[in-house]
Amino acid sequence: MATTVTMPKMGFDMVEGKLLRWLKKVGEPVKAGEPLAEIETEKVNIEFEAPASGVLKAVLIEEGTTVPVGTPIAIIAAPDEPVEAPAAAPAVREGPPLPTPAPGAPPPPAPAPAPVGAPTPPPGGRVKASPLARRLAREAGIDLREIPGTGPGGRVVKRDVDRYLQARAPAAAPPPPPAAAPIPTPAPAPVPTPAPTAVPVSPLRQAIARRMTVSKQTAPHFYVTVEVDMDEAMAWRARINEALGERGKVTVNDMVVKAAALALREFPALRSSYQEGGIVRHEAIHIGIAVALEEGLITVVLRDADRKPLAQIARESKELVERARSGKVRPEDIEGSVFTVSNLGMFDVEHFIAIINPPEAAIMAVGSVREVPVVKNGQLAIGQRMKVTVSADHRVTDGAEVARFLQAFRRYLENPLLLLVE
Amino acid sequence: MPVMTIREAIRQALREEMQRDRRVFIMGEDVGAYGGTYAVTRGLYEEFGEERVRDTPIAESAIVGVALGAALGGLRPVAEIMTINFILLALDQIVNHAAKMSYMFGGQFKVPLVIRVPAGWGQLAATHSQTFEVYFAYVPGLKVVYPGTPYDAKGMLKAALRDEDPVIYIEHTALYPVRGEVPDGDYVVPIGKSEIKRVGRDCTIVTYGRMLQASLQAAEQLAREGIEVEVVDLRTLRPLDMEPVYESVAKTHRALVVTEEWRSFGVGAEVAARIQEHAFDELDAPVMRLGSREVPLPYNKHHERAVLPWPEDVVKAVKLLLR
Repeated sequence: MATTVTMPKMGFDMVEGKLLRWLKKVGEPVKAGEPLAEIETEKVNIEFEAPASGVLKAVLIEEGTTVPVGTPIAIIAAPDEPVEAPAAAPAVREGPPLPTPAPGAPPPPAPAPAPVGAPTPPPGGRVKASPLARRLAREAGIDLREIPGTGPGGRVVKRDVDRYLQARAPAAAPPPPPAAAPIPTPAPAPVPTPAPTAVPVSPLRQAIARRMTVSKQTAPHFYVTVEVDMDEAMAWRARINEALGERGKVTVNDMVVKAAALALREFPALRSSYQEGGIVRHEAIHIGIAVALEEGLITVVLRDADRKPLAQIARESKELVERARSGKVRPEDIEGSVFTVSNLGMFDVEHFIAIINPPEAAIMAVGSVREVPVVKNGQLAIGQRMKVTVSADHRVTDGAEVARFLQAFRRYLENPLLLLVE
Repeated sequence: MPVMTIREAIRQALREEMQRDRRVFIMGEDVGAYGGTYAVTRGLYEEFGEERVRDTPIAESAIVGVALGAALGGLRPVAEIMTINFILLALDQIVNHAAKMSYMFGGQFKVPLVIRVPAGWGQLAATHSQTFEVYFAYVPGLKVVYPGTPYDAKGMLKAALRDEDPVIYIEHTALYPVRGEVPDGDYVVPIGKSEIKRVGRDCTIVTYGRMLQASLQAAEQLAREGIEVEVVDLRTLRPLDMEPVYESVAKTHRALVVTEEWRSFGVGAEVAARIQEHAFDELDAPVMRLGSREVPLPYNKHHERAVLPWPEDVVKAVKLLLR
């Protein structure tokens, strides 16, 4: 039985994906679970696994083509099985190849509306474009496939070509130098003001722009900041790392993740989602960790962080971050977090405020561990302190609850033995 | 400049041409003593007498046949067919004889015949509310004009009366009371010249007749919303002058053809086809057509209104076209 492979939905707000590279050739055998193609979503590049075993009979879209989620992209069938012409393939749709979200992952909310201008060329790589747009693109030497179409059915029309050319246009050339003036005392030459440059927006940047705008516009944020005494945590961290030796290294962030996960056990509101029709509580404590990439920010997900030993958290988060940095994240790496930790500690930041990562209810912004003057037993002393700010969705929780959550969080970090025994 | 209705403009053209050229005469049902079913010829019987304003029996084929003979004999007849619905009875005279005479006799004969024919509707029911201009626009050998303003109505009727070929001159009854400036005295609006009636940049409306007025009203409304529509008035359906249309489409890149006819196989279909043949690379959207719903026109006035296109339909179509 032939399997039609469709563009997978990786992430609740994914509406389309770009096929970067086929990892199998037509005619090559494939096993279910083997990497079939590399796909670029708005957030990341992902290797996409074959949903069935057999022979790759046909690829329906070319590399570099962007198609909506659910569009047939390939056919896998038994070696001797005749396969219909690819043109007929779009009518066929079999088992969904989407990775199933882990239990407890937030049920996907209504899909975000397709961004205006989503390029949706049909399979086969032919781009829908008006004759005028075709002519203009040809004259400007642009590949139509690069231009997002905003006309009916995603048709590329003149305004799209104009917009594209505008965005691509280099900054206007500086005015020519003033001609040598015959006047004996010329006025000082004016300094030419460089014209602003239009910068193309990457899919990741677009996704960040959209998600953060939605979050800040729909979730009423409030903020609670606490200062954590890190003397004990830092001392324990040194001891743990010494003991681990070659077997790994626990970072401050790993301890923060573990402490937050343990505290979240007691505060279900902070691991909830406010959705139309009510509040959804998530039982599995998957912690999102914000990772800064050159192109922007993505959140990798450490699953069941409350139930994992610190050393495992350290190891897994290191792997997650490495995969994110090398553009090799898997769908499960970025899906299903219920609470996010964003740490700018390595940049010597006292404290900062983050925007909630929807559909979560709260995000924790972590500053640097700093040596500061503290008062201990009536004496001035040097202490290590870390400021943490939680941004929370007021539709789901209130200030007092977040304050109590932060008390619990602080208790774990200030008594790090609890991080080891819980 | 004097302001008058299209009805008055047509009458003025008839009067001036009858004064100017003794060969011009009128014949048709009730055109004389009664003054015309739509009162277009009122007063001409009194002014020019029964020799030149002749009442005929109810016999359309005979009216056209006799007028055709008079034209061949050197006169300049204006045959009035009471409404376009009755012209079906004269189709053989028009299509098989008037249109072909010059071709079949090697140009030895000319047929300077004008057939004036009101078209339109107004709770007249299915057999009396028809839109037939395309029947004539289809036929080589005929000229078909359909003025939409008083100025054009007068100037084009004069041009028709001076033409050597048979001209079907269609008057929309809903346009008779439309007012506009009409110069006193003699002028001619040439047959076979389209005209831009309103300048715009966002899309091109190609239209004629009643839908010219509807399109101009729609353009007014759209302008208040910041949409600038260019309106091209075809005025003549055969020979069809598309140059202003191509020039306009090269500017706006989007075209809507607005007619009162059924869209299938109609003038709108012809115009749309020519635009894509000649201006394909200028098009930023498929050419759109607006017309009547494809049913015989109902008698019930609400149903009648629902079938016909109106200015608000033009507004909607333009917005759809500009997506």
